Amino acid sequence: MVENDRFGSLLAHLILILGVAAVVFPVYVAVIASTHAPGTFLQGVMPLLPGSHAIENYRTVIFEGRAQAGAPPIGLMLWNSFVMAMMIAVGKIAISLLSAFAIVYFRFRFRIFFFWVIFLTLMLPVEVRIVPTYAVVANLGLLNSYAGLSIPLIASATATFLFRQFFMTVPEEMLEAARVDGAGPMKFFKDILLPLSITNIAAMFVIMFIYGWNQYLWPLLVTNDERYYTVVMGIQRMVTGGDSEPLWHLVMATVVMAALPPILVILFMQRLFVKGLVETEK
Amino acid sequence: MQTKRMTFSSRWLPYALLAPQVLITVVFFIWPASQALWQSMLRQDAFGLRTTFVWFRNFERLFDNPLYLASMKTTAIFAISTTLLAMSLSLLFAVMVNRMLRSREWYTTFLVWPYAVAPAIAGVLWWFMFNTSVGIVPYMLEGFGYDWNHRLDGNDAMILVVLAAAWKQISYNFLFFLAGLQSIPQSLLEAAAIDGAGRTKRFWTIVFPLLSPTTFFLMVVNVVYAMFDTFGVIHATTEGGPAQATNILVYNVFRDGFVNGNLGASAAQSVVLMGIVVVLTVVQFRFIERRVNY
Repeated sequence: MVENDRFGSLLAHLILILGVAAVVFPVYVAVIASTHAPGTFLQGVMPLLPGSHAIENYRTVIFEGRAQAGAPPIGLMLWNSFVMAMMIAVGKIAISLLSAFAIVYFRFRFRIFFFWVIFLTLMLPVEVRIVPTYAVVANLGLLNSYAGLSIPLIASATATFLFRQFFMTVPEEMLEAARVDGAGPMKFFKDILLPLSITNIAAMFVIMFIYGWNQYLWPLLVTNDERYYTVVMGIQRMVTGGDSEPLWHLVMATVVMAALPPILVILFMQRLFVKGLVETEK
Repeated sequence: MQTKRMTFSSRWLPYALLAPQVLITVVFFIWPASQALWQSMLRQDAFGLRTTFVWFRNFERLFDNPLYLASMKTTAIFAISTTLLAMSLSLLFAVMVNRMLRSREWYTTFLVWPYAVAPAIAGVLWWFMFNTSVGIVPYMLEGFGYDWNHRLDGNDAMILVVLAAAWKQISYNFLFFLAGLQSIPQSLLEAAAIDGAGRTKRFWTIVFPLLSPTTFFLMVVNVVYAMFDTFGVIHATTEGGPAQATNILVYNVFRDGFVNGNLGASAAQSVVLMGIVVVLTVVQFRFIERRVNY
């Protein structure tokens, strides 16, 4: 900016490089650990350079799993996580778009009341009402199903607020023009509002996909059938299952596989991700 | 609350549009929450045969229970340390990145991705680095003569979960601090520089005060995160141990409800947590209203 400060900017780079190193290091260690043979971990401290068993380890966790590690293969778990994350992201966006549309483009009785009902969900994270929510899902017969994994997490005040905020900025003339041309509400919604919202929808999708993929407590409660385990909760079973030391090379291969999809989403859609994150908190 | 000047009119359509979200909210949010309120005033006998209405006795018991009070203290220590650590590091990184020109994008990319890592996975990553037999950190600490053991030493376990929880939160704070820094008018900084204020002085007298809305907002978000979203960090690593040293409130609700099957106590704890969330949400919205008029 104003002054030229060689030493200062050198120091800044140094701090940032150290910071980045500290942020990356835990994942680096995990990747390295996932490439070693099981015996490596019996000889004390783990090495910091890659080993030669990468392909073997990853093949084991993805397709076999069970045999030594005491866990099902994670191929299926990855698929379950993907289905759950997609259902949550798509479901949240769909119902939020509809309710934001109703709240902004209609005047009707109890409008404010419904707005507050939706707002309440902000104050009730799953973690604070786990036992009764579990009871509801059990009574509906949704344990061990994709519906049970995703539907209870679909209601979202943040997405509704974001779309409400955005709809308020759409010029009035759009609606007037549409009405002059004789378009009904659903046609206006489908042909004008949706195409205009596409960036917001994409940004929301990135955030909600990550939210869905990273769910932990909820899948832990509503699944006890291995066919519905998600990968993030599956790791815990590998770490604590059994009395002996965990099989670190396989645990870390699973960790890498579980963390990779959402990280890739962020890296490839960084712009949308930042937009989604910053806008939802307005 | 406003609508558009011109609106559609339909007797039933708005209700139909709202139906899915309202239905899910009522069935999975409001109904269970009211159940928690109701159950928090009930008590079952030892065999689960008889249930009696006991008014606020569950709450009285809860606040007489030294274990629960200890858990509250643990939660406070955990939330404050995580918030302080995550926020101070990310502010430092944001200030440094903000003075870069060409390398800004690169550093940002490298700093944001931990947001995508699930809390449980973050826990396992750090747990592995600190593992007493194969972990790399205890090995290095030994060189300094420190005998790390989070399985026996409560402080070590607390440090471990704080590091894991803060590590994951840095990217979120970083992005908000960076956005806040970029909205500070350059003219103010230039004027101060012309008056002879150095970088450090400009930071503390101009940048830091102007960032205070962002800082305050992040403080609330970080406390909420540390109190509620870190269940995975605890459950996948220390499981509340050793000797309750990392037993935060959210973990305690889970344990009393699902492991010990004590529904009344668990429901009472749920109600206490809901109270905390309501207070934090109100604080946050109060503040957002103020920011709009800023």
